[in-house]
Amino acid sequence: MGKTLLEKVWAAHSVRPLSGGKTQLFVGRHFIHEVTSPQAFAMLAERGLDVRRPDLTFATMDHVIPTDCPKRPFPDSVAEKMAAELEGNARKKGIAFFCPGSGRQGIVHVIGPELGISQPGTTICCGDSHTCTHGGVGAIAFGIGTSQVRDVLATQTVAAQKPKVRLVEVAGNTRKGTCAKDVALHIIRTLGVNAGIGYAYEYGGSAVGRMEVEERLTLCNMSIEAGARMGYANPDEKTVKYFEGREFSPPAEVFSKAAEYWKSAASDSDAEYDDSVQINAQDIGPMVTWGTNPGQAICVDENVPLPDGLPESGRKAAQDALRYMGLEGGKPVAGTKIDVAFMGSCTNSRISDFRAAATVLGGRKVAKSVRAIAVPGSEKVASQAKAEGIDEIFKEAGFEWRQTSGCSLCIAMNPDKLSGRQLCASTSNRNFPGRQGSPSGRTLLMGPAMVAAAAVSGEVVDARDFV
Amino acid sequence: MSMDANRTPKNRQGDADCVVTEKFIRTVEGRCIPVRGDDIDTDRIIPARFLTSITFEGLGKLAFFDERFDQSPNRREHPFNDLRFCGASIMVVGRNFGCGSSREHAPQALMRNGTRAIVGESFAAIFADNCCSIGIPTLCLQKEDVCWMMDAAEKNPGATAKISIQNREIEFCNRTLPFQEDESHRRAFLDGRWDAVYELLEGQKDADRVAAGLPYVSLGRKPG
Repeated sequence: MGKTLLEKVWAAHSVRPLSGGKTQLFVGRHFIHEVTSPQAFAMLAERGLDVRRPDLTFATMDHVIPTDCPKRPFPDSVAEKMAAELEGNARKKGIAFFCPGSGRQGIVHVIGPELGISQPGTTICCGDSHTCTHGGVGAIAFGIGTSQVRDVLATQTVAAQKPKVRLVEVAGNTRKGTCAKDVALHIIRTLGVNAGIGYAYEYGGSAVGRMEVEERLTLCNMSIEAGARMGYANPDEKTVKYFEGREFSPPAEVFSKAAEYWKSAASDSDAEYDDSVQINAQDIGPMVTWGTNPGQAICVDENVPLPDGLPESGRKAAQDALRYMGLEGGKPVAGTKIDVAFMGSCTNSRISDFRAAATVLGGRKVAKSVRAIAVPGSEKVASQAKAEGIDEIFKEAGFEWRQTSGCSLCIAMNPDKLSGRQLCASTSNRNFPGRQGSPSGRTLLMGPAMVAAAAVSGEVVDARDFV
Repeated sequence: MSMDANRTPKNRQGDADCVVTEKFIRTVEGRCIPVRGDDIDTDRIIPARFLTSITFEGLGKLAFFDERFDQSPNRREHPFNDLRFCGASIMVVGRNFGCGSSREHAPQALMRNGTRAIVGESFAAIFADNCCSIGIPTLCLQKEDVCWMMDAAEKNPGATAKISIQNREIEFCNRTLPFQEDESHRRAFLDGRWDAVYELLEGQKDADRVAAGLPYVSLGRKPG
């Protein structure tokens, strides 16, 4: 009987079983950022422990960084303190720190794969739930809390429960104008926001096989929104090609040997899964959320659901969500007026995302009533966009094109925030109440082309009509 | 400090943080506070703007802040504002509690606010692990038992629940409810190993051996 990627990578990294039934798992790559690591370093100091493997630990700054003005010290003294703390800890412990201006800084889940650090067949942890993103290259990557960040710093291992594996097979061809974000939202809508508890999601099927690595990163990024702590796509020739020439990729003399290992980590064709579901790629169209969790999503040409038409278990939540969002059941979601458009976040801030949005924006202008912000996911993405003239397309259309990369309006722990009940068309990953910085702010999740189309129209529209 | 003293935290209304100090967690006793709703995410438990700090101190009074206060800030109707539940240390919640962000600030805020155990239909995986790391058991009941417990707590806010981690059951209002708990969490509480770092340190030699055998750890350039 064959094995899944999860089983193979888990076995290779298993140090020993722990007394309670968890596994002590070796962590191949540990990323840290300014929000969830300072307390962990303090806990280490309290216990007189040191960082075990600074060579496998990588630091960047993304959550609190002001993307419109990267100059230090940051205007917000608390943000400055968090940044200084991270910087100081990295320096003291000999940890690589990708600071703004280094050419390598960016959102942690963008730079990991981009620099070639997050490789197939590795285990990856970070004190951030969207660590599942790195599964897009075929890694076992999962988010941890701060106490576990402390554990990984001290031992380069983590106490982890081996999850079950659900094969999410996306069969057939996606329709034109459908992106990886749409596939992710469709899966979450179909399976539910809590169906993934206890599971890793393996994304397979011909539609995933045809996806580029950046699209797989977007797909895996949303696993946590389905309740799955980790999600991955099997490494293949596309994955191998993706790693050619990246800074931390294996050097030329051992690259082919590494590639062999990567491909051997992929799930065997006769692997057995704890569960499997099939999604028909043809059923997926451009998605928009209408509620306050990512599973409350519909295709742009559908009507917002009437709570009474939903299964009983989701009815009350739907009523609450519609009240919060100010949307009406039974009415089309298209035509919903927006106030803000946001292009960015660890979900959709890679170069392919900006290219997709630029095809909509070219020659068009952002609606007068809309504030539009674009934040590249990394310094490398920003410079690539500049080289391709994409930054100019955004600026000419009327987007604020940010110089510095960071989480910006996805988490709003920085100057970018919604105000009041503003409604934001956003390429980010969470439409939770208050998520974008205003306790009553509202979020409509969608893909990059859809956000661009909403920005120029001032309302939710079908991006397929624009290209 | 006696176990009971530790189990009757006072911080529901913004007193100083109270953290778990016991090593072994075999029983939890306290009054119950129902927090209704499914898929309550960690942004709701602790909004991101309160994460701008380099410590967890002071988070207790900020738990559920945007649900408890409007922007004036006037109090809204919320169990954490309800004086009947002041001092209650066992939360009763719905399905997929703690989903979303991995921020340990969420269980830290609840613990520092006086929570000592959370009983619910199901929990997000990272949240449950984070709770275990700081000594807060997360216990799963059948949906109908959760509903009954919420209703019973509303009717009898003064009633004490007794949780036995060993026997996997809760005694409350003349009923005994069996619960499911992640076995690794259960063992960790009973054995006093919920702070995992020491057990992990014991495996350091094995970890080094595993690292040496991995084909990739030695590949690639060294960070410079």
